[in-house]
Parts: sequence; structure tokens; C-alpha cells
Amino acid sequence: MKKHLGIWLLGLVALSPVLAQNKVKLTIESWRNDDLKIWQETILPAFMKKYPNIEVVFAPSAPTEYNAVLDTKLKAGTAGDLITCRPFDKSLELFNAKHLESLNNLPGMNNFSEVAKAAWSTDDGKTTFCVPMASVIHGFLYNKAIFRELGLTEPKTEAEFLATLQKVQASGKYSPLVMGTKDQWEAATMGYQNIGPTLWKGETGRKGLINGTQQYNKGGFLQAFEALAKWRPYLPRGYQALAYPDSQNLFAQGRGAIYPAGSWDIGTFRQMNPKLELGAFKPYTFPNLGASQCVINDHPDIAIGLNAASKNKDAARTFLSWVASDEFAQLYANALPGFFPLANVSYTVSDPVAQTFLNWRKECQASFRTAYQILSRNANPNNENDLWNASAQVLNGTMTPKQAADMVQKNLASWYGPQKGK
Amino acid sequence: MRRRPFPWHVVVFLAPAVVIYTLFMIYPLLDSLALSLQNKPANGPQTFVGLQNYHALFTTEQWSKPFWNAFWNNVKFFLIHMLVQNPVGLLLAALLVTRIRGAWIYRTIIFTPTILSVVIIGFAWKLILNPAWGISQGILDAVGLGNLNQPWLGLESTALPTLSLISVWQNIGIPMMLFLAALIRIPDELMEAARVDGAGAWTVFWRIQFPLVLPTVGIVAVLTFVGNFNAFDLIYATQGALAGPNFASDILGTFFFRTFFGYQLQPGDPYMGATVAGVMLLIILSGVLVYLFAWQRRLQNIQF
Repeated sequence: MKKHLGIWLLGLVALSPVLAQNKVKLTIESWRNDDLKIWQETILPAFMKKYPNIEVVFAPSAPTEYNAVLDTKLKAGTAGDLITCRPFDKSLELFNAKHLESLNNLPGMNNFSEVAKAAWSTDDGKTTFCVPMASVIHGFLYNKAIFRELGLTEPKTEAEFLATLQKVQASGKYSPLVMGTKDQWEAATMGYQNIGPTLWKGETGRKGLINGTQQYNKGGFLQAFEALAKWRPYLPRGYQALAYPDSQNLFAQGRGAIYPAGSWDIGTFRQMNPKLELGAFKPYTFPNLGASQCVINDHPDIAIGLNAASKNKDAARTFLSWVASDEFAQLYANALPGFFPLANVSYTVSDPVAQTFLNWRKECQASFRTAYQILSRNANPNNENDLWNASAQVLNGTMTPKQAADMVQKNLASWYGPQKGK
Repeated sequence: MRRRPFPWHVVVFLAPAVVIYTLFMIYPLLDSLALSLQNKPANGPQTFVGLQNYHALFTTEQWSKPFWNAFWNNVKFFLIHMLVQNPVGLLLAALLVTRIRGAWIYRTIIFTPTILSVVIIGFAWKLILNPAWGISQGILDAVGLGNLNQPWLGLESTALPTLSLISVWQNIGIPMMLFLAALIRIPDELMEAARVDGAGAWTVFWRIQFPLVLPTVGIVAVLTFVGNFNAFDLIYATQGALAGPNFASDILGTFFFRTFFGYQLQPGDPYMGATVAGVMLLIILSGVLVYLFAWQRRLQNIQF
């Protein structure tokens, strides 16, 4: 058998140029080098089985180098046909520089909601230039064993949430809420932007900030800082100096009950401690403040667009339409639990916790992090950095919610036209 | 009279250093200064704006506030080094020069952190001080002071002093070695003569050793000054580019990094970044000049 292998291989090598002649070859530029195996072994074979005339190659570069590498390749005209799109301004720059093509009339584009498309659309929302691939969803993970031991149930409202934390606190055995403020971004991303959208009515509030009708120091945005401040007594000892990996470790070791999470954490915890009994509940509501409709933070993270200089646009469009289909959604969601395809098509995820996160899309409205679209374009003061600092300080007790909200608003109003003087 | 030939060998010997230094130090420095005099509006070409960036850095609140915060933090960072690192370094050197048993072991151990990567130092101290599993809690518990433990790196009041002391711990080997070298050079006859005259160890140190290591004190001070006002790596490795909490550990190096390269969603601003770098150059230059003209010249007057 071994003797023949060489001959077989030789034959394959000799034949392959003949085979390749009828095929169109597409190359995907991406920063997801972690996913190389998934693309090569799961996603692309499924596509090529359906479209035997198109060969697709996944060619990723390192995440930290991707932007620079891609810029260079686009300028030199050597970039692949398909470009993986970072959310918001980075891709908008590429579109404005005419490196990405408008995909408004791509079949399958109507599978996406406005929220899903916002990260890869022009500021007026009229042109979309990337097919949304996946988002991450925020919520809370909890340790089922601890909940069982202390007889707790999943909280639905703020009052229930705080009562649950209180009970864990009273037991004295576990940290009620596992999060630190040292790295600052968790306070903003898993804290403020996790529970906030319900209070500021999701897209209504987020768009209100952009057009200047809503302010960070009024209404839902201020209430969100106030709600965040109530977490303070339940954080682990020395939380001011706990970094993100510290809280991950604390929760993975079963030393804490509830963990404010992003869906990407599911995969991390499965890996860190496969025995951990994970459960998930969605961001709680505030019936006493008139916010009973849940809104989740369904943050767009990754998309794919068409290189305007591609020589194989028809084949590339075929591939992009397939990315918008349910088949792609099903494959991608299961290969990468915690990253959720954004298409409004039905798919299921085998990881039960990831499926729980996914179900919230049906029960709740969706929005995304407020500072990501337009509002963080200024270098100094920068809205996202301000939100990190303000949220961390609210939890550290060095700023009151009102002071934090005023600081963020004042800095935004200092440069952003629609907020001037507000 | 025969004219002396042009000293070509001098040119040849100087050339490598001059070329490399010009190419990799002087040119980038001047280029960076030139960049700080430019700006680029959102939709337009890069234009010459004179000192406008410097004006903006010092007069507009959103630039001057973080700048002065970083500056004063940097001054505190420097003062802690001057008050702890250098006196303790001198003390260690004075102890080691007495030829106590196993001096070389102490010397090696004390010098070891200096040769470790800052990333390792930052990581190790983050673990030591970690409130969840750091050994600082255990050590304090053992002596019954457990409730004195604080999240040292997470409080606005303690973050900067803690980082300064970590930096002192790391770098103390350098002043120690320099002082040690200076102390060894002191002729034994001087010390013996003093002892014959009835001077105790304390008097010998203050009257003989200290005056003779004064030039080294100047060198160490200026090295500390330049090192501290250029510092960046330890803060970045331990606290990240936002130098938290609430910029309590932000020094000029981290402020420059954020301004020039940007951070997360904050876009980088090479023009303001170069401006911050220009001011840092000015600060360091004036410190070095003070040393050269005030300190070194006086020493020379004494010596010669």
C-alpha cells in the first residue's frame, strides 16, 4: 500500500493544475488565526461541496497585525477577494477608501436586522458593505451547584438579583458577584453596557445619544450608573486590584456564584474547568423604573466584505450570499460557541448555555455598546475610555453615579456637535 | 613649515559611531520634533502649525489636565526613587564593602531583579499582591496584620507608591553596584588613618566615604532622573495603557503611548503624541543640564 502512495500523490500533483483550471479561487483575509482549523475543516468544505467550481482559501494573519497587513495588501493590490471586517470605523475607512464594495443588493442581505448591519453601514445607514457574521451577547453566568446548595433561582428583576446576591453574601462561603475593576473594561462592558440597554431602551437610547436628544447624565443612562453602584458591596475582596483573568479563575474554581459575562467566556470556562456547572440568565429588568422589556447587548463583532479590486466578484458574491444563509449560521455557531451568527435564520447550538444566550434574541430587543458607533471618534477625550474609567470608579466608590455620568457627558459634549451645550 | 596631513584616521574611527548615532538617534529625534510642529485636519493634508500643538497641550483642559497629572505623578515616581532607591543602595554598598561573609551572594541576589525582564517583574508582583491568591495576604496573616492588606495596585492612593517601590526593588542593584565600585576605590590608608585618629564607623562613613562617593551620587541621580522620566514598561505591564485606577499611575511615558498610538477605540494622534514626546525631551534635557552645569562643575572645582 505504501509503495503505491507515492504514485498516487504524484498523480494528484500532476492532475491538480488541470482540475484547478475550471475552478475559481477565492482567498479570505482574516485576523482569526485561532479559527484556521474550523474554516479549513468544517466551514469551507461545506461550501465547496455545494459549489464545486469555487475553491476558497482561508489566509489569516495575527490579530494585532491584521489592520496594518490588510492596509498594505489593499494598497499594493495583493489582498484576497474576501475581507474579514472589523466592526465600525475600521471597516468604514476601508469602504470610504473604495476598498470595499457596497453589498446592498446582495441576495441574503435582507436576512439581517438594522442593528446587525449598523456596524458595517455608512453613518446614514443607507449602504452596507460587509455581511455580518457574528456577534457576542452579554448576560450573566452562574454556578448551578452553588445556586442548588443555597436554594437560589435565576433572578429576573433588579430586586430579585440583589436579593440573590444578598443570600450568597449571607452564606459567607462564596463571592456573590465575581468581577474586578483593575482592567476597567469589565466594569463598562460587562457592567454598565450589560444592564444598561434595558434602562435606556436599547436602540432608542443609543441613537438618542448620537443625534443629541439623550444624555449620559439623564434618564436611563444615569439610572444605569446608579444600578451599577448597587453591585459594589457584593464584589470579591480586593476587587479594585482584580484583573479579568483573576475573576475568570475565581469563577472557574467555583469560588463565586454569579459572573457578569460576555458570551465568549462560555468557551473559556468550558476549557478552564469542564466540571463547572454553568447556567446563564439574561440581564435583569427594572419594573420599578418602568423598564420591564429586556434589551440585550448583542454586540456585532465580525463580518465579511468584498474587495473592490477582486477579479472574481461573481464567485465572491456567491460565497457572501452563502455566509448569509442558515447553513453557514448553523456551522459557525456550533464551531465557535459564544459567537452568534447575526442572520435572522433558524439555527441551533449544541452547547446549552450558548443556546440560552441565543434564545434571548427571541425574548428581548437588541442593541450594542453605546460608544462604538461614531461617539468614540475623538482621540481625547475618548468616549469609550471615559466609560471604562467612570464605571470602574463607580464600583470603586471614588465617584458617585451622578459624578460619573456628568464626567462622561461633559467630555462627550466638549467635541461632539449634536451634544454641544447639553 | 611642513603642513600636518589631514587626520583621516580620526574621521575613520569616529564614522561608525557618528553614522549610527545620527541615523538611529539624532534623525528620529529631529523628525519627531518636526512632526510635533505639524497637524492634519480631518479632511486635509498635513500642514505646518508652528507651536500650536504645544499651546494646545498646555492651555486646553482636555490636554493640560492629563498632562499635568502625568507630570506630577512622574515627579512623585522620581522622588520615591531618590528617597528610597539611592539611599538604600548606598547603605547596601557600604555594608557590602565591609567584606561581610558571603558578600558576593548578597550582591548577586540583590542585583538579580535588575537583569529580569520588566514583564516578568510586573507579572510576579501582580501575583504577589493579588487580593485573591497573592502571598502578601498570607505573610501579613502570619504576623497577625492580615486586615492591613489592601488591593495595593487598585486604589488611587496606593497604586503609584506601590509601583514606585516595585521599580525601586527591581533597579536597586544599579546604584548599589556604582556606589560599591566607588567605595572600593577609596584607599585603605585614608580609612586606617581615620580609625587611628579614633573615628568610629559612623564618622568614617560621613567624613571619608560619603564625600568621596559624591560624584557617584550625581551620576546615580541623573541616571535615575532620565530613567524615571522615560519610564513606561513597568506601568504598562502592571496597569495597562490606561494606567488606572483613574489615571493614578499615569506617567509621561504611558500618557505619550496612549496619545501617539491610541488605545482600544481611541484613535492615535501622532502630532499630539510627538508634542508630548517633545515636552518629555525638554524635561529630561533640562534635568541633565542642571546636573552638568551645577553639579559636575562644582565637583571639578573641588577636585582640581
